[in-house]
Amino acid sequence: MSSFNADPRQSVSALPNGSGAAAILAASLGCFALSVLAIAGDKSIAIKNALNFYKPTGPLSGVTTCAIVLWLVSWGMLEWRWGKSTIPISRVIAVALVLLGLSFLLTFPPVVDLF
Amino acid sequence: MEITVRSFWTLLHGMGFGALYLLACSGALVELYRFTVSSAAAGTTSQARPPASSGEERFLKFYLTLMVLLAWTAVLTGAYVIYPWYRAAAPPGADLSLFPQRLLQSSPATSEWHSLGMEWKEHVAWFAPISVTMVAFVFIKYGRDLSNHRQLRAAVLSFAFASFLAAGIAGFFGAMIDKYAPVQGGHTIQLSRGEQK
Repeated sequence: MSSFNADPRQSVSALPNGSGAAAILAASLGCFALSVLAIAGDKSIAIKNALNFYKPTGPLSGVTTCAIVLWLVSWGMLEWRWGKSTIPISRVIAVALVLLGLSFLLTFPPVVDLF
Repeated sequence: MEITVRSFWTLLHGMGFGALYLLACSGALVELYRFTVSSAAAGTTSQARPPASSGEERFLKFYLTLMVLLAWTAVLTGAYVIYPWYRAAAPPGADLSLFPQRLLQSSPATSEWHSLGMEWKEHVAWFAPISVTMVAFVFIKYGRDLSNHRQLRAAVLSFAFASFLAAGIAGFFGAMIDKYAPVQGGHTIQLSRGEQK
């Protein structure tokens, strides 16, 4: 943990940004995966049945479980790849924010009905 | 004064976890902004704001961890306890007041609360715990060092806001759906007995 009594004028980062970038991109991938799986389940009976992991909850159980697994796996992989390095983060954050925006849009039922 | 088991769980999910998460979210947004901006200001010579203390940082880490637990508890109780009661299929001739989804779909005046409200809520709500888990992880990992990562800081605040928005959408539709087709049934819990007049 960085020291709180360090020189306040110090602006040199102690930690590389890769770990944060990995967490941010993985979170957006998880949200995006959830929205894509929700659409897939809505449009295909076969996928809907395959996603019915827990019958009382229906396909929502499979959609969310798969999205969470994808999120955690992608997070682990990105952390392994970027965790100890400093990466050009602007593009990663731009992609993450676009994916997050698309996720909100793709779960909105009138948009889902366009597919 | 009594309440059914299903109403109790709905209350716990909506008011206990969901509404509390929304309240916590608004506080976290302000604190995250204040903390990161004050830490960033401390890195300049102007000293526009006093730097956050280590106690404040510890508190915010604890606060965000609690928010993560709240968010996951809210979506898990929603999806695995209440949603099965909401979406249960009604046998022919059944009293639809015990089958909220069917009750909403039985009238054009209420069917959109399901086809738009619940269909959006059941998916968008999950963005809240995913986003806030990331926010908590990044804050716990970087702490004051976030002041040296301007873009990381902006992304964390954006995802915290997205989490708030997702929880807000889910909360709004949850409250409205419960107004038109409340989840009812199960055993009755008697909370107190009033005097007969």
